[in-house]
Amino acid sequence: MDGKHISRYALLTALAMTLAWLESLLPVPAAVPGMKLGLTNLVVVFALERMSARDAAAISLVRVLLVSFTFGNAYSFAYSLAGAALSLVVMLLLKKTGRFSILGVSVAGGVSHNIGQILVAMAVLGTGRLIYYLPALLVSGVAAGTAIGIAGGIVAKRVRI
Amino acid sequence: MKQKLRGDFLLILVLLAAAAVLYFVFRPGEGGAWAVVTVDGEETARYPLGEDLTVTIGGTDYNVLQISGRAAAVIDANCGDHTCIRTGTVRRDGEAIVCLPHRLVIRIEGGEAGIDGIAG
Repeated sequence: MDGKHISRYALLTALAMTLAWLESLLPVPAAVPGMKLGLTNLVVVFALERMSARDAAAISLVRVLLVSFTFGNAYSFAYSLAGAALSLVVMLLLKKTGRFSILGVSVAGGVSHNIGQILVAMAVLGTGRLIYYLPALLVSGVAAGTAIGIAGGIVAKRVRI
Repeated sequence: MKQKLRGDFLLILVLLAAAAVLYFVFRPGEGGAWAVVTVDGEETARYPLGEDLTVTIGGTDYNVLQISGRAAAVIDANCGDHTCIRTGTVRRDGEAIVCLPHRLVIRIEGGEAGIDGIAG
């Protein structure tokens, strides 16, 4: 791994952390646990589009670790990791099919991130009742994923790093 | 590119359709009878929705539960995100208030056969 590669990792990870912090400042309009914009996914979507699957996975994992250490606790780490891991796998699979653009990949990522989080929440809280949040999380995942996908598409086309 | 956008569009359509179907499958029922409190998956208390009360759940990590007018709400808490407070009031069987940081769930249970099911 050369210096350029390492500095790219560092740059994108720092950007992801900044976006996570920025998002924590935004008021969440919704009252559903797990509903979020997922600004940091912009970085992962960018890495998937412009770099490799391995790069995207590495940045995503380091980002989850650092954000949880900085802003969260053991439980928020579990939610984030489950969401990030599931979302990454789904995005990779969708990208591999070649049938979806960055928009579809990002939408699937947003939705599966929410599903991963709600699954961990059900396990931690020991209740299946949370499943009734799923429809709201699907819709919000589609909305957030669309926004991030459109932004990610523009960024991936124009930004040279 | 056009073909990929078609894929995106279909994906979004399928997800939204799934959300609509699941909404009807998991829709909460009629007015409930009990507010059941669980922490870490263990039931710690249950309060009849027919009796108005305000109670603090927990110690250092607290959520204040208020029951009034056959509905439950969390009116104060020291968790980070306050999702529980923003959830507002819940009254229907199957609805729940969740506080992820405190691993707390307050869910509404029981149909019409509440403690004062025929009153008021």
